[in-house]
Amino acid sequence: MATLWFILVAFMLTMYVLLDGFDLGAGIIHLIAARTDQERRLILRAIGPVWDGNEVWIIAAGGTLFFTFPVLYASSFSGFYLPLCIVLWLLMWRGVSIELRSRVPSPVWASFWDGMFFIGSTLLAIFYGAALANVIRGVPLDEHGVFFEPLWTDFNPFSKTPGILDWYTILIGLMAASTLTMHGAAYIARKTDGALNARARRILRISWPITIVLTVMSTIATFAVQPQIYASFNARPWGAIFPLIAFLGLLGVGHFAFRNRDLAAFFSSCAFIAGMLASSAFGLYPDVLPAVEPAHSLTIYNASGSPYGLTVGLIWWIIGIVLAAIYFVFTYRLFWGKVTAKEEYGGY
Amino acid sequence: MDLSTILSRVQFAFTVGYHYIFPQITMGLAFLIVLLKTLYLIKKDERYNISARFWAKIFATSFVLGVVTGIPMEFQFGTNWARFSAYAGDIIAQTLAMEGAFAFFLESAFLGVFLFGEKVFGQKVHWFAAVMVWLGTWASGAFIVASNAWMQHPVGYTIVGNRLHISNYWEVLLNPWIFPQYLHTMSGAVVTGAFIMAGLGAYYLLAKSHIDYGRIFVTLGVIVGLIASIIQLYPSGDLEGQQVAKYQPAKLAAFEGLFHTEQGAGIVILGQPNTATGQLDNPLIVPKVLSFLTYRRWEAVVKGLDAFPPNQRPDSIELLYYSYHIMVGLGTFFIPIMGVACLLWFWKRRLFTTRWMLWILMLATPFPVIANTAGWFTTELGRQPWIIYGLLPTAQGSSANLSAGNVLFTLIGFAGMYLLLGLLYVVLSVTEALKGPESGEGEEAGIETEGGLPGLATGTVAEG
Repeated sequence: MATLWFILVAFMLTMYVLLDGFDLGAGIIHLIAARTDQERRLILRAIGPVWDGNEVWIIAAGGTLFFTFPVLYASSFSGFYLPLCIVLWLLMWRGVSIELRSRVPSPVWASFWDGMFFIGSTLLAIFYGAALANVIRGVPLDEHGVFFEPLWTDFNPFSKTPGILDWYTILIGLMAASTLTMHGAAYIARKTDGALNARARRILRISWPITIVLTVMSTIATFAVQPQIYASFNARPWGAIFPLIAFLGLLGVGHFAFRNRDLAAFFSSCAFIAGMLASSAFGLYPDVLPAVEPAHSLTIYNASGSPYGLTVGLIWWIIGIVLAAIYFVFTYRLFWGKVTAKEEYGGY
Repeated sequence: MDLSTILSRVQFAFTVGYHYIFPQITMGLAFLIVLLKTLYLIKKDERYNISARFWAKIFATSFVLGVVTGIPMEFQFGTNWARFSAYAGDIIAQTLAMEGAFAFFLESAFLGVFLFGEKVFGQKVHWFAAVMVWLGTWASGAFIVASNAWMQHPVGYTIVGNRLHISNYWEVLLNPWIFPQYLHTMSGAVVTGAFIMAGLGAYYLLAKSHIDYGRIFVTLGVIVGLIASIIQLYPSGDLEGQQVAKYQPAKLAAFEGLFHTEQGAGIVILGQPNTATGQLDNPLIVPKVLSFLTYRRWEAVVKGLDAFPPNQRPDSIELLYYSYHIMVGLGTFFIPIMGVACLLWFWKRRLFTTRWMLWILMLATPFPVIANTAGWFTTELGRQPWIIYGLLPTAQGSSANLSAGNVLFTLIGFAGMYLLLGLLYVVLSVTEALKGPESGEGEEAGIETEGGLPGLATGTVAEG
């Protein structure tokens, strides 16, 4: 049962990254992809009706993580206190910048929020990557399952006490930012036409090789800092399917990007992200938060909720997620197709 | 209680108190928007539809603020209250996670349709979307109240080792504490929405602008406002009082500043609690009423604070006492305000020209928000010194690994950010309200942007 929930929580977090990932990516690219006020509003229009729903996935995943692995929730959230609060501030400020940008008809006002939207989106992408990197590398949990990490220490690659931000986590953060740039560019290319579409495609083609380089570096670094991952794949070789999906996805992004097939490139990017996240989760299992001292690691066995709670939770979770899927299919069908200057902006 | 825990309490109180300004507005307005939209479909009067669209704009701004200030709430359970989360997460997080699965997905999907889809999907779908948004916001409220109710009155659990396990899902979901608290919270939200609507309508009538809409808003505001204000007192407020008397008598004693157990206890109208001397300074008391309200007998004995050992009493009696009295005091004023306004409305619609009443309605706008905030202070301070009543003291629920310096850092960060957000919200809402319902109607929204006049002028042009 705990294994099932491990998979389901990983699934929800992956959904969050796939969905909110493209609107974060849109925020990263919009300053260069969109030049005029009208183009910037088109970008907001492309994500406007869905970004809030996308963000619900992190809330829902957080709540699900909370009741399925309460010990993990308590330990990791308090241990990563400062970066989490900063992520919350960025999420707030970025959400506000999307919604308030077009509320006052002043170019200065709009420019300010454009800048905030860019900064918020970019830093969030980097922080998410760094967060994943910290979980993969492990944290200094004590025997009570408690730790606290500072934001940074000395940036020394051989440091015994690395902070949350150091060479490895920032590398993964940059890789995440580059991946989401690609992801967002594919989405915006798909949703627009004309000059905006052309620029988004160019960004997609440039970010693709950068992502490849960073992915190779990150993969090597990850195997170096967390030997458990290699051990997992060795023990269960069928898990190689996940990196394979990621690999094919990344190939697909380039393949379709240079043939101007935006939607196919976007779905390839989805496959790449999902494959990478699934590989990380597979590599960590059964740990949910590895410790520097392996005996103190939080695992699906010592961090999960009660069997009864997990069982009743599964029943309502399935109902809830089916409903959510229906809403999402409905909303995305509704706002399917390209956004154009002709139609109503709906407040953006 | 160590400084880190105290600062975590201040941070949670501040962030949740600030957050709750917005959900109460959205929960109240969502209900009123459904009424406006329904009136439009029945009466086919375009003005109701324009009104619904106008309030949807105010709703949308409040909703954004509610969403962004809401995200930190769930996460703070883990960041600042790790020991509580590890201890009770198996239960408390069920209802919190259900809020995400059943309320937030629903809201976000239908809000998109409601705000962007009127032209594409026609009026019936638009009405349906409004109803779903309303249900979504109220479902959200239900799950949060269920979570809080469990902390007030824990049920359906077993203690396994040093953690709680859920033993009966339905007991948690049907906790008897939920119903009165939910009714009280929701009617409180409707009071807020109704006062805002009536207050803005009164402003339009006083300023002699957008008069048609002023009449619609005042009418709907005072009728709904009167009903909700009455529900707030009876049955919901009364039911909550009964429940507190039964299960949390120390809280009740602190509410009333009742330091000593009394037979035929009176109700305090005014006075300042003096915890050093254990008495009420400058008291103004109506004798025996408290006993009657609590036990329906004039001579009933009501336990005072002295009936409980010091470590079982709420730890901020003064603030708790004032919160309770502000809530009850304001709530009591709301009924005559809305009652007189309704009478004037029924009396040949004199309300629309009775300036003193319109002034009162306009100036009363912010007070329900204050009353609701005081209400949450009342129930939460009254639960102290427990984070889970009777099971886990607050001092043992915080994150033990946080230094006071780190918590103060984030508290200052939240304070700064929320100050900015608050300014933005006020400026944008007031601008929108002054523009009036007709602004943007008929013109292609969003085409003329650069160099356009800030909307203040367009409102007066569109009028008439």
